[in-house]
Amino acid sequence: MNNQKHASTAPAAFVDRIWDFFASVRLSVVLLLSLAATSIIGTVIPQNADPSLYARKFGPDLYSVLDALSIFNMYQSWWFRLLLCLLVINLVVCSVRRLKATWKVIFPKKTHFNPDRFKKAAGRIEWQVPDTPAGELKDTIEQYMQKRYSHVQTRQENDSWWIFGERGRWTRLGVYGVHLSVVLLVIGGLIGSLFGFEGMMNVPEGETRRSITLRNSDETRQLDFSVRCDDFTVSHYPSGRPKEYRSDIAIIENEKEVETHRLRVNDPLRYKGINIFQSSYGQNAAEKFTVVFTDTDSGMRFEKQGAMGETVDLPAGKGELTVEDFSGNFAFRGHNVGPAFLASLNPSSGEQRPVLLPVNYPKFDRMRGGDYAISIEDVEYTYYTGLQVTRDPGVPLVYISFALMILACYVTFFMFQQKIGIEVQDSDTGVRVAVGGISERKRPGIRTAVRRLAAKLQKQTNQSTAG
Amino acid sequence: MPNSETIFTIVTFIYGLAFILYVAAWIFKKSLPGKTATGVLIAAAAGNSAGFVLRWAESHQMGYGYVPLSNLYESLVFFALCIAVIYLVIEYRYKVRTIGVFASIVPFLAMAYASLPSVDSQIQPLIPALQSNWLIAHVITCFLGYAAFAIACGISIMYLIKSASASPDTGTVGRFPDADTMDELTHQMIAFGFLFLSVGIITGAIWADQAWGRYWGWDPKETWSLITWLIYATLLHARFMRGWEGRRIAYLSCLGFVAVLFTYFGVNLLPGLHSYQ
Repeated sequence: MNNQKHASTAPAAFVDRIWDFFASVRLSVVLLLSLAATSIIGTVIPQNADPSLYARKFGPDLYSVLDALSIFNMYQSWWFRLLLCLLVINLVVCSVRRLKATWKVIFPKKTHFNPDRFKKAAGRIEWQVPDTPAGELKDTIEQYMQKRYSHVQTRQENDSWWIFGERGRWTRLGVYGVHLSVVLLVIGGLIGSLFGFEGMMNVPEGETRRSITLRNSDETRQLDFSVRCDDFTVSHYPSGRPKEYRSDIAIIENEKEVETHRLRVNDPLRYKGINIFQSSYGQNAAEKFTVVFTDTDSGMRFEKQGAMGETVDLPAGKGELTVEDFSGNFAFRGHNVGPAFLASLNPSSGEQRPVLLPVNYPKFDRMRGGDYAISIEDVEYTYYTGLQVTRDPGVPLVYISFALMILACYVTFFMFQQKIGIEVQDSDTGVRVAVGGISERKRPGIRTAVRRLAAKLQKQTNQSTAG
Repeated sequence: MPNSETIFTIVTFIYGLAFILYVAAWIFKKSLPGKTATGVLIAAAAGNSAGFVLRWAESHQMGYGYVPLSNLYESLVFFALCIAVIYLVIEYRYKVRTIGVFASIVPFLAMAYASLPSVDSQIQPLIPALQSNWLIAHVITCFLGYAAFAIACGISIMYLIKSASASPDTGTVGRFPDADTMDELTHQMIAFGFLFLSVGIITGAIWADQAWGRYWGWDPKETWSLITWLIYATLLHARFMRGWEGRRIAYLSCLGFVAVLFTYFGVNLLPGLHSYQ
């Protein structure tokens, strides 16, 4: 359809060439396969990890090449976005061009039916109806068709009556619906990445926080409100599997509590366009605990009040111990030993050394073989809840595109335009009725549609005969 | 009363028996093994469904109460059921039985894989992230899609064998459905699979938005499901817009199913949220 126009100026020809390039289905196929192939990279190379890990894994030279190609953040890279962008342009140009060409086919002012096409249609079904005049049969069939089909026409050709009907013409728009849904999806995603954010905040029980750390960066961002964590609980099944993570949180705005919510996984809080999700949790040790020194010879226990960052004396002037750090999940030689304190032991004789004091393994320090085995007891924990905080103004559009995609895919694949031509002809043995059907793109479903219609009509014509 | 695991073990062997009967019916061109094969496959599917319902009841008895679609074991069992049921509908509607050779071996292999000791078959209560009704919609739609693609791939392989054969209309290969029927069936299955894969990806995205606050995170499973979707989208465009038919479509259909298999199993080798841990 381009050959009859635009023979005029060079710029116009150039625009035409670009238009043709983007209108080709070959380009669609190439782009779809390129997106599929390049997407594999990001599933094999973990994305957005620590740069030093990549440098160690690939060596400095390969690392800098891969980094320049944004391989470590490929789904947000310029070239991946370019591919997506090209796909959207391709899709829009193809759709506009096809829709322009087929609009008149889809919505003609008058519907034409050609009897020959129905005579040749595959899967045509014929039967004989004795004892009923052709005219009466024609009326019965016409009435039935009026109820089930649109654009019903009846006319006489040679010695036959023809009844035509059509339906599902609008279903040809299904494929444009699918394309539109993809465009909306990409726009929704773009809106999200331009105007949205995603971050984390850790809120200790009883405390209030306002700033979040943005994902994949060290940047922080202040929210327009604060979040207070009133309580965090984690419950387990008897097998030890986690059953529920729950945070009771409150939203504080202008120093007033405006909303409270019991946050669970799969049950987020949405407040003023910002979504807050239960994401993780951690343990903070309380500031105070008991340090226990057990004499390795006599088994005698000496207890002292300890506090984070403070130093306690060992019994009998054997030295001093400073509790320096705490971890909720300490990994010792690859094994998670759970909550553990890190302390520095400064014996009266000998060198200063670090000691690990796992709370759940009070005998752990015996391995060190010192005069006293040290353990820490009576620890009261406080938890902090890890909240994921997101804002994505593109989500409503994305959800609309989801609904449209499902609907339009269904229409495209499982509905189709069908035209029906029914011939009613007098013959020696009675009246011959033949049902033929044609569809766009020779859809297999047309045979089933014709079979069902023929069965219905056989019933109808028999009833009218009986009546 | 036997427990669901015992039932699934028995069902595995019934699928195996159905496979043997379908092969016998195909090679010896006898209608008796053919009809028996259909009956045995129906029995296997019924047993598979019964086991599924029983496992559901068992989870309630244990106090957890969840639809058994939450781990690799349960997904394999459901995958087998989807393939058997979709195939039986095709057999009924198209009166073709040779496809049963593929449609019974895949459920058999899936069930046999599920029975390996490395696949944990215990009923485990759901961790917090899985406690969502979107899980059910997501898994059911994804596996209906996977099953349709599996059958499409089986038919495509038959198509390739037939078109490479020196005598495509005689002997064992001659008993395959005619090329037009196979082409049509492949297309029907891919259209069905594409719709359900789309719904599966979308329900998964909505669930992710509910649980983690983002509908898409380029997690390896998500990405691989998109790769699969892109391959089948390519196939549909090549067929409708560029008129590809026959062997080229059959090859693309096989490639698509390789992507399905990788999405299903291969991704477990990569790190991510979906790795059935």
